[in-house]
Amino acid sequence: MIGLYHPGSSIIHRTPTLLKLLLLSVGVTVVGLLGQPWQLLVALGAVFVLYVVAGIPPRPAWQQIGPILWILIIAVPLQALFAGWTTAGMMAGRLVVAVALAALFTLTTTVTAVLEGFQALLHPFRRWIDADRVGLLVALTLRCIPLVAEIVAEVLEARRARGTQGSLLALAVPVVVRSLYAADAIGEALVARGLDD
Amino acid sequence: MTRITFDGVSHSYGKRSVLRDIRLDLSEHRIGVVGANGSGKSTLVRMINGLITPTSGTVSVDGLNVARNAREVRRQVGFIFTNPDNQIVMPTVQEDVAFTLRRRGLTREQVAERTAAALDRFGLTAHADHPAHRLSGGQKQLLALAAVLVAEPKIVVADEPTTLLDARNARRITELLQEMSQQVIVVTHQLELLAGFDRVVVIDEGEVAFDGSPDAALDSYRELLA
Ligand SMILES: Nc1ncnc2c1ncn2[C@@H]1O[C@H](COP(=O)(O)OP(=O)(O)OP(=O)(O)O)[C@@H](O)[C@H]1O
Ligand SMILES: [Mg+2]
Repeated sequence: MIGLYHPGSSIIHRTPTLLKLLLLSVGVTVVGLLGQPWQLLVALGAVFVLYVVAGIPPRPAWQQIGPILWILIIAVPLQALFAGWTTAGMMAGRLVVAVALAALFTLTTTVTAVLEGFQALLHPFRRWIDADRVGLLVALTLRCIPLVAEIVAEVLEARRARGTQGSLLALAVPVVVRSLYAADAIGEALVARGLDD
Repeated sequence: MTRITFDGVSHSYGKRSVLRDIRLDLSEHRIGVVGANGSGKSTLVRMINGLITPTSGTVSVDGLNVARNAREVRRQVGFIFTNPDNQIVMPTVQEDVAFTLRRRGLTREQVAERTAAALDRFGLTAHADHPAHRLSGGQKQLLALAAVLVAEPKIVVADEPTTLLDARNARRITELLQEMSQQVIVVTHQLELLAGFDRVVVIDEGEVAFDGSPDAALDSYRELLA
């Protein structure tokens, strides 16, 4: 999702999205309940095997899991101070396994697949909710994240180029204005591309 | 080719009149539209697929009144915007192309097949699963073309499709537009792009100032600017 998808044709890629999501929640719950360090090691090994099966190379995997390790560098010693190293280590292990599982989901599932999953979930409620529209809304929201990020970066750059520093408001105003223009233009493109169909 | 007609078309934004009594009958294969900034070109071409409804007069495509049949007309008219960033609506390249085919009663396999063919045609196959927003400007405009042509429209309207591109990408996009079997209507400030066109319309302050062969039109436009 949001460009994190790592293309492939492994069994994990091909597992239906909703089933994958279900397995993910079961997996995360089970990991949260594990009480013995050796059980966690087994879980860690299992996750590693899943990554190998999915054919995810170390780099994209690291991009997903790496950031959590930074948090742990601070959190683990802190918790060790209060609860001892074993508990701190267990917490860290659970977190890493849970994040790795969630990352595996995003790395092997396209946005389209997630949307189709949503639509299937919402199907029973079709009388009240247009699942297609909801899916589109989610996709557009995801699409807007990099767009707004880009606008913020450009506005910051323009400020630096003119040597202006300023309040948060002075940053927010051009960002909001430009985002609205972009939204207007994307809306027009949506209509042109048959949103109304 | 399809027949696009403007019959006594005028348009105002609020009190500001930007197009006045436009009468055009367009059935050539390649049609260029030129004119100074603010002369009304974008307003004019947006009427072809009903993005803008004229304040008075009628625009029709293949005999269909655009204002009354916008949905049908949009299925026949593909639109390329200046800023390719704004026409990308889905996160990845392939999904963005497939988006055009939603709600068309195609099976998932048909969508996948046609999407793959369109990506191949515009050299984007290697980027199929990449985030669309990380493509280069030229690739984004190629994506826009793929996303429009996958639906096999009869007409392609492009509003300054090459303005934000470097010379090489501008040429590539122009060549692709010229080679299309579809009827193409291109708004541009880059006059050299109109060399092989069949007809060029010059707009000046909301009126048709000249309409004819590219050479004569460009002479007239240069005179206007002088
Ligand atoms: N949404 C709008 N609201 C108000 N005025 C508008 C709007 N869109 C365009 N205009 C005005 O209408 C006039 C014609 O605009 P239009 O965009 O059609 O010109 P153009 O020929 O495409 O110009 P350019 O070469 O700069 O793209 C301009 O003066 C413009 O300021
Ligand atoms: Mg314009």
